[in-house]
Amino acid sequence: MTAMALSIRDLFLSFGGVSALSGVSFDVRPGEIFAIIGPNGAGKSSMLNCISGLYRPQRGTIAFGETPVTGLPPHRRARLGIARSFQNIALFKEMSVVDNILVGRHLHARTRLLSAGFSLPSARISEKAQRAKVDEVVAFLGLGAVRDEPVGTLAYGVQKRVELARALASEPKLLLLDEPMAGMNSGERDDMVRAILETNAAHGVTIVMIEHDMGIVMDISDTVCVLDFGRRIALGSPSEVRDDPHVIKAYLGEEDD
Amino acid sequence: MRRVASGVTLAALVLLPFFGSNYALDVANRCGIAVIGVLGLNILTGFTGLISLGNAAFMAIGGFSAAFLITKAGVNGFAAIPAAGAIAALLGMIVGVPSLRLKGLYLAMATLAAHFIVEFTVVKWESVTGGVSGMSVPAPALFGVVLDNDRKLFGLVLLLALAALLFARNLFRARPGRALIAVRDHETAAAVMGIDVFRAKISAFGLSAFFVGVAGALAAIQSRIISPESYPLSLAIDALSMVIIGGMGSVAGSVLGAVGLTLLPEGLRAATNALSGQWPDLISKLSILKELVFSILIIVFLIFEPHGLAALWRRAVRKRHATTQQQPEGGGK
Repeated sequence: MTAMALSIRDLFLSFGGVSALSGVSFDVRPGEIFAIIGPNGAGKSSMLNCISGLYRPQRGTIAFGETPVTGLPPHRRARLGIARSFQNIALFKEMSVVDNILVGRHLHARTRLLSAGFSLPSARISEKAQRAKVDEVVAFLGLGAVRDEPVGTLAYGVQKRVELARALASEPKLLLLDEPMAGMNSGERDDMVRAILETNAAHGVTIVMIEHDMGIVMDISDTVCVLDFGRRIALGSPSEVRDDPHVIKAYLGEEDD
Repeated sequence: MRRVASGVTLAALVLLPFFGSNYALDVANRCGIAVIGVLGLNILTGFTGLISLGNAAFMAIGGFSAAFLITKAGVNGFAAIPAAGAIAALLGMIVGVPSLRLKGLYLAMATLAAHFIVEFTVVKWESVTGGVSGMSVPAPALFGVVLDNDRKLFGLVLLLALAALLFARNLFRARPGRALIAVRDHETAAAVMGIDVFRAKISAFGLSAFFVGVAGALAAIQSRIISPESYPLSLAIDALSMVIIGGMGSVAGSVLGAVGLTLLPEGLRAATNALSGQWPDLISKLSILKELVFSILIIVFLIFEPHGLAALWRRAVRKRHATTQQQPEGGGK
């Protein structure tokens, strides 16, 4: 039996008595695209925040591969290979596109304060290597035209792509995407879907994604997990979930025509 | 073009001790020391986004450490300067610990508390600091070279200021510097990209305090005598003004702010002297006038150009560039 990429067991999270997650469990297999869906306030973003370490669940465990990560701070989880994007764009707004993506290379370089300040050969070699890697990611996501622009001046869809680029630059094993297609037009959506699929196929990155666009979720996911009021109400392949009466009642029912 | 301009500036600075007046060299030293100190504060406040009112305290730590090391521990004056910086860095990292939890105004208050703790310690710890009467600081000497006046000291100040500038420039083009900016721009995003936010903040405090401590040591050596009154809170406010007016998060801005606001009172002094015939009591109001002009400048810059002189400079350069490139097409005017 191979280890799961991610194992969530019996997660409880509440904010001052208001519970966001009540006993959610699921497994994510290595290399799959795993979608979390559910109505607003279902606890989807809370779940992602627990996985990346921004929230501490009151109860339950999270294991990344064989490693328990429940008590680890976010930067330690990043070092293990967990990267993410945010629902509301969370870029370093005063930096250029390239510099933003370079921050994604942070955990692959060792350069310290003094060697950087004195520009020692080791620092310069490392910087060059990181920049080469960033150029690959820039080319992969078609960001060449805006690479030196300050990120705050770019269109929304482009900023979303920069955020994905920054996450990819860290060469994650597990990529968490919080509504990667939100607010995009259909052309931008297609680009994003292609980028996600390629990342998953070419680099074998496991993807856990929150998304509201049901068409895309059903198209590209291997597994879909449905949350409602902090509980898991369904889990399975897209077709299983689509036909689940709980899901139709809680969620899809409203969207069906 | 830029290379020529910076070459000429550097040459003028190197030649300054050979033809500058004593007054010019005093001002030049104060400018250089301000550059180092303001760069230090900018690393913390401009680049890492941590507001500090503790700058005067770290100047004091640098100054009194240097004075103690030279006079009471028998350390050579040249070695005492980096040592003073190191002591300031160590204490800076301790002062930085609350920054894990405190932000903005609350952090400003915590660093303000640090200022008063240092001030109190300097007054009371007489055996080390000389208490209220202060200490005299002997000139650094090595192989018969004694830096006992502004003319001789200037070379050292210039060298250290240039080293500080180069260090900062390199730092913010590389991984650790980017980590500091990332923490400033989006702490959560920085953390999920693998940056240890606490460590980044502590190193910003340490590095900042090192620069400021070196500036404090140099200032002590320049003035030759220091007392608790040499480091009032207004010194920290002045440094913050220089960072804001020069340009937060800009190495060039630190130079523009430090030099500009060190020269400004000198300009005001010259102006009031010139006008003293008509308004004799103007000279006595010089220090108030200085505070007034500083305050108005801060407000004006915060409203109209939060990125400071550095942004104005960049825009001017770009404009020039644009017009020189247009000329061949547009023909002669």
